[in-house]
Formats: sequence, structure tokens, C-alpha cells
Amino acid sequence: MAAAVATNGAAVAADWPGRYHHIDQVLDTPGPRTDPSFQAGDEVKEFLRDKCKILVIGAGGLGCEILANLALSGFKDIHVIDMDTIDISNLNRQFLFRSKDVGKPKALVAAESIMTRVPGVKITPYYGKIQDKDEDYYMQFNLVICGLDSVEARRWINATLVNMVDPENPESLKPLIDGGTEGFKGQARVILPTISSCYECSLDMLNKPTAFPICTIANTPRLPEHCIEWASVLEWPRVHGDKKMDTDDPEHIGWLYKTALARAKEFNIEGVTYSLTQGVVKNIIPAIASTNAIIAASCCNEAFKIATSSAAYLNNYFMLIGTDGVYSFTFEHEKRPECPVCGGEAVDLTISKGMTVDKLIETLVERQDIQIKKPSLSSPTKQIYFQAPPQLEEATRPNLEKPVSELVEEGGEITVTATSLPFSLSLRIHYT
Amino acid sequence: MIKIWSMKKNEDAAAKKRPKTSAAQIRVQKDLTELDLPSTMKTVFPDPADLLNFTLTITPDEGMYKGGCFNFSFQINNNYPHEPPKVKCTQKIYHPNVDLEGNVCLNILREDWKPVLNLNSVMVGLQYLFLEPNADDPLNKEAAEELRKNRDQFLYNVKASMRGGAIKGVQYDRVAV
Repeated sequence: MAAAVATNGAAVAADWPGRYHHIDQVLDTPGPRTDPSFQAGDEVKEFLRDKCKILVIGAGGLGCEILANLALSGFKDIHVIDMDTIDISNLNRQFLFRSKDVGKPKALVAAESIMTRVPGVKITPYYGKIQDKDEDYYMQFNLVICGLDSVEARRWINATLVNMVDPENPESLKPLIDGGTEGFKGQARVILPTISSCYECSLDMLNKPTAFPICTIANTPRLPEHCIEWASVLEWPRVHGDKKMDTDDPEHIGWLYKTALARAKEFNIEGVTYSLTQGVVKNIIPAIASTNAIIAASCCNEAFKIATSSAAYLNNYFMLIGTDGVYSFTFEHEKRPECPVCGGEAVDLTISKGMTVDKLIETLVERQDIQIKKPSLSSPTKQIYFQAPPQLEEATRPNLEKPVSELVEEGGEITVTATSLPFSLSLRIHYT
Repeated sequence: MIKIWSMKKNEDAAAKKRPKTSAAQIRVQKDLTELDLPSTMKTVFPDPADLLNFTLTITPDEGMYKGGCFNFSFQINNNYPHEPPKVKCTQKIYHPNVDLEGNVCLNILREDWKPVLNLNSVMVGLQYLFLEPNADDPLNKEAAEELRKNRDQFLYNVKASMRGGAIKGVQYDRVAV
């Protein structure tokens, strides 16, 4: 082991004999459940080790595990994105980081850490937000694995990958493997954009964050959490005005703690502590290292199976509940037809260059297969015509006279909403 | 790499490329264009191209707050409708369920928000607060106390505050039309 680490400084070009002995057992022979397209032997190994490019989003609790697992199972071209820096509280489970790394970007340290330990693996880090990158960037990968802690970031990457699917280009479909943990619970899922249920389809499965009635917070606090919410929701804006609260700033948390503590004293409530304050305002649920390890292992197992077709992959949702014993359940989450991201109908519509917006609306209302009344139209960048509210109707009314071609380019999209539509309808406009 | 594309061929209906408009944007478009507001409520968009930030004006035509004109700012983020819109009263008003900073106590804006609710339900909920101020869930405790103990005095205070008067040392904004 020591020798392997020592030789690593210089890039080790060739793999030493037996490096992938265990993994090759799987890749050298097809099994009873392998996909018919599986090419046992060199071809699949070459793809995994030389061609496959994988993106890991998040280099935190799940990300550290994912990066280590991927590197050790033979993925060699790995990219990682994370917008966070290392906090001292991460060190108990985010094992790629050491005390000296506190304050440094997670993506950079994680990449460096893996590369010094696993010879021949190239990890390209990006310290920043996933939203900084465009479709061209995401298009370069074969697979995307997410170990995120935010619903917003998941929704963004999910919508981006679904939108990227181009019917003319098979390469545009990137499988998304999403892992998530919350205390002793976790889930891993495989999303094939536009083919299987996407993240947005299952949004209603989320627990809603605990919110206390604002009147309770203001008048009849009974819990330490009520005092903390009072300090952050009501007192902070009152005292600090428009200054934004930064939940990562120890001074801000300190102020909230002091304020909440004073309030708790006034109402004889026990239990307001600094860490509870931080927990409540940041909505922290304790992270459990072993949950992360299980979920990350499951995600990487799926990535390996999808990249190699060596075994059937997860279809499509695996959940783990470790609160009472170890329980897991796997099921197929179904696509939601009215899903705003992957569902709904998209209709191709060919019209003449001179057709006005007014006429287009008339055509839509008349069409038997659409059946809508009073549609409102917009393109991704602007409003075309809104039926209500009055101010927007008035503002968009002049567009009724204009030809559609002045507002929407060839192949452009129009989003149509109407009362009778459960969600929305998307039109792709072509001109004769 | 597994051949995913072959599965796709069988699902041509779903194969259409979806628009770039965000889910929140589409939902806000749907909510706004289907608003069914009585003549007592009006939306104002400082920037008509920005659907996510606007003001709602309520001018109650009955009840204790008749004759006033109340403004609420709406801020919608990209997590809508997973998260409720942020609503604040932009004036300092004397109301049991609105504090002096403009925070509003309306259950569907916080603990009872659900994505099936929409902007119309929030707006109707806000108007209801002016028709039936609720002394049981106070944010302005003194106003609530007054409403509970002495309705006539409360009504007098409401009228005085709407004219821009001071009550118990607090100066209120003039909101009378």
C-alpha cells in the first residue's frame, strides 16, 4: 500500500497486474441476467476505463463516498462540481478532507485527495454552482451522479437533463443517478430523462419542511424552536432591515442565538443552544455516515451497471429506512403524465409566416385535439399574450396583431396555459 | 454503456423536446392568467416582464376596513409551488393579524401551504383577513386584545389608523382612499 501511494506522484500509465481482479470477474463473463448487448472482455473494460466520462455533483457526505467508489471500481475520467467550502463539522464523515483543509473548496480538495490515492484516475474539479454550466458542458458526459442536499439543485439538474434530450441525437440522453440521505433514511434512483419518471414527477413525495404558525412564534412560544424562529423570521428583519441573513456566518448565528435565548428566558423555555439555533435556521438534519455509505454504494453500483451493461440496473427507486432496523424497498416510480418537466404534451404546429397571434389563438381554440378556452401564450423569454390579469392583458394586447414569426423563431417553443389544461401545453412552431 | 435509446423509440409521444421555460414560470403563468379576482383586488406589475414580483392592492368594499387601500408585495422564487410565495404588507397598518413590519399571519402562507393551492387562494385569503380579522391568532397583540374586549373601540382605532393616526404611541400609514 505504502509503495502504491509513493509511486503515485508520477502518473502511473499502466495498471499493475491484478489491479482489477475482482471487477474483471464481472466484466469477463456474461451472467444469466446480463443485458444481451453486453460485450464481455476488453471492449467493455476499455469503455469503462478509457472512454466513459462521468460527472459527480456534490462533494459532500455522499460525494466523498461516490468519488472513492467510482475511482476504485475503474472509472478514470471523473468530473466533480461543488459550490461549498469545507467546514470543520464535515470532517467526521467527509473522509477526503483533513483539518488543514477547512475553508478550502470541497471539489478541489476531494479531487486532489482521490488522485493522490488512486493512481491513474483523473478528477477534474469545478468549484462553483451547477447553474454556472450550460448544456454544452453537460453534453460531454455519459452519466451524471448526484449527491446533493438541496431540492432546488436537484430540480435544476433534472430539468436541465430532461430538456437536453434531443430526439435527433441519442447522445443527448444522459442517465441521472440521484442519491439522497436524511438521518437514517435514504434513497437512490435511476432517472432516464424523458423515458422514466423524473425528479419532478415525485416532488409530492417530499416531506414538507416544518413551519410553525407565525402567530405562535410571535405570541405563544412553547418550544425552543419557536424562540429561534422568532429571532430569525421576525426579529432579524426588524432589527437589521434589508440586510440578508447568512446562515453560514457565525456572527449572524451568534446574534440569533443570543436573541432566541433572551426570548426563551422571558417565556421560561429551556433548550435553546447555539447548535440548535444553527440546526433550526439551516434546517439541518443530522447526517449519518453509514447512511451515506449505503446510498453512495448503491448509486455507484448503478453507475457501474449502466456504464458496462453487465447487469440489470435499478428500476427505478430504492429507498432505505434505517430508523428501526434496516428496511429497504425498491419500486418503479411511474411517470406523471402532467409532470411540468417531463410530462405534458408537445405538439408540432406548422403555420404560415404571416399568421398573427390572434389567428393562432383562434386556431388553437378550434382544434378538436387540444380543446382549450382562453389560452395564454408565452415563449421562454417573453410573454406573448396573457388573458389576465388586466395589466398584463393590456401590455400584451398589441402582440395580437403581430405575426407569430416576429415573436418566435423557427422551431421555437410556445408555452400555452389555460383553465381546462391540467398543466400546460407546449407548441413547437414551424413556418411554411 | 447500456442502450437506452432503443427504449426511446417506442415512446415517441414523450420524445418531443420540452421548452426551456422553468416549471415555476409555467405555473406562475397559469396561476396569474387564471386569476379570478373581485373588483376589490388588483395586481400591479412594476416590471410587466417579471411575473415573479408584483403588488396586490386590496380595497375592501365592506367590513371594518372598508374605505382603505392595502398593498401587499408578492415575491415568488424558483421553488414555487413547492414553496409558498413570500407576501408582506408594504404599509404600517393596524390589524390583529399583520404586525408593524408587514408580516402576515395567514395559515396558507406558512404551515398549511400546499402546492395544490395557488395565487388566487392566497389573494382570497388575504382579503378575508380584512373582512374577518381574527383575534385568536394575533400578530399585533394590542389590536387583537382591543378587538376581543371592545369591538367599538377597535373599530374606532381602525378608522383612526387608516387616516394616518397614532394608536398607543404607534403612528400608522394613511391608507384611506
